[in-house]
Amino acid sequence: MEQANSAPPAVEIVSVVKRFGYLTAVDGVSLTLEKGEFLTIFGPNGAGKTTLIKIMAGLTNPSSGSARINGRPVQDHDDEARRDIGLISHQTFTYGQLTAMENLLFFARLYGVEEPSARCQGLLEEVGLSKRSHEPVRSFSRGMLQRLSIARALVHDPSILLLDEPFTGLDQHAAETLKRQLRRLKDERRTLVMITHNLEQGVALGTRVVLQVAGKFVLDTPAESIDPVQFGKVYFEKVGQEHY
Amino acid sequence: MGFIESALIIAKKDLALEIRGKEIVTTSVFFALLTILVFGFAFDLAHSQGHQFAAGGLWVAILFSGALTMNRSFLYEKDNDCLSAILLAPVDRSSIYFGKMAANFTLMLAAEAFIVPVSIVIFNVNLMERFWLQVAALLLGTLGFTAVGTLVAAMSVNLRVREMLGPLLTLPVVAPVLIASVEISTGLIRGDELDQFIVWYQALVAFDVIYLVVPWLVFEKLVEQ
Repeated sequence: MEQANSAPPAVEIVSVVKRFGYLTAVDGVSLTLEKGEFLTIFGPNGAGKTTLIKIMAGLTNPSSGSARINGRPVQDHDDEARRDIGLISHQTFTYGQLTAMENLLFFARLYGVEEPSARCQGLLEEVGLSKRSHEPVRSFSRGMLQRLSIARALVHDPSILLLDEPFTGLDQHAAETLKRQLRRLKDERRTLVMITHNLEQGVALGTRVVLQVAGKFVLDTPAESIDPVQFGKVYFEKVGQEHY
Repeated sequence: MGFIESALIIAKKDLALEIRGKEIVTTSVFFALLTILVFGFAFDLAHSQGHQFAAGGLWVAILFSGALTMNRSFLYEKDNDCLSAILLAPVDRSSIYFGKMAANFTLMLAAEAFIVPVSIVIFNVNLMERFWLQVAALLLGTLGFTAVGTLVAAMSVNLRVREMLGPLLTLPVVAPVLIASVEISTGLIRGDELDQFIVWYQALVAFDVIYLVVPWLVFEKLVEQ
C-alpha cells in the first residue's frame, strides 16, 4: 500500500505555457493524473488542446513549465517516458504503401518490442484486422485505419494513451468499435487522455472532464458529477459566445 | 535501442516503401538520362576538352536526379503525419536522420548504376577506366550530397515551396562537393597522376565529415514541433 502511495502520478503537468510567437496556445495549465484515470478534454477549436497533448507526448517542448510521465520529464526525450506513451490522433500515422503487418512491425521494432511478429499478429486479431494484415493500408476504410492506429499505439504496451479526436471521420459502426476498445483499455487500468468534441461520448467514457478555453482549464470535475443533459448548457456558458 | 539499429530500421522501411512505389528511382533515373542526352547533344565530346564535359555531365546528372530523390524522401513521413509517430519512439532523433540518409544514399547509388553506363555510351568516354578510384569518387561525392540533401528535405518538408526551396538551399551548400567530384572525375578520365588531384579526395572527405556532423548536431532541434 505504501508503495502504491509513493508511485509518481501517471501524468504531471506543472504551470505549462506554450507560445507560438505572439499566440499563447497553452496558458499556465497544471494537471495531475493518477494511474487508471480517463481524462476527457473538451474545448473549442484553437483552445490549445492538441498542443497540450503534444507536450504530454514530448512532441512539443513547453515555453515554460514541465511535463512528467510516470515521474520522468518528457521534454528531455527520456526513453522510458516515451516508452510509456501511446498516441492516437485523427492522423493515422501509417504508411499507405506498406501492409498493416509491415506498419506494425516497423513501429514494434522501433520500440524494441520482443517477438514483434507474434505481438503484431495478436494486436491485429484484437482489432479485427488479422484477415487483411497483408494488404496495403491505402486500401483500408477510415474505420479500419483507426483500428490499425489503435494497434500501432498499443504495439509497445504503453501505460498511458493519448487520443486526439480519435472519433473524427468514423461511421457509427467504427465509432462503436472504438468505444468498446477504449472501455477495455480503461478496464485494464491504463491512463487515458482523450480530446473530443462529442460531449455525450466524452462524459460517458471519461472518469474526469476538463474544459479548455483559450489555453486555460475553466472546468475540471469528475465525470460522475456531470449531468449529461445539462452539460451542453454548462459547456456553452463556460466557452462563451465569442467562439461562435 | 541502439543508434545504428534504429537507423537501420528506418532505412529498411524507406527502402521497402521505395520498392513498393518505385517513385523515386524511376523519376530520378529518367530525369538523369534526359540530362545526359541533352549534354551529349549540346557538347562536342570529340573535342580535346571532351572529358571535362563528360565528367561535368555525369555529376550534373547525378545532382539533378539526387535533388528529386531528397525532395521525396521526407514526403513519405508527411503523409498521415508519420514523422510524429517516429518522433514518439524511444530512439535517438538523429538516428532518424541517419536512417533516412542511408536510404537516400542507397537509392542514389542504385540510380548511378544506370546513370554511369549510359554516360559512358552517350559521352563515348570510359568514365570507369580507373575503376576503384572513380568508385571512391562516386561514393564520397554521393555521400556529401545525400547528407546535405536529406537535411534540407527535413527542413523544408512542411513548407509549401519545398520543391523550389530544396534545390535552392541544397545546391549552393553542395557546390564544394560537386567541384571536388568533377575535378577528381576529370583527372581520372584525363589520365592524370593521382598526386595531381589527391587533394580533391581529401577535400571531399573533409566536406563529407562536416556535412555528416552538422545534421547530427542540429537534426533534433530541426524536427521539434
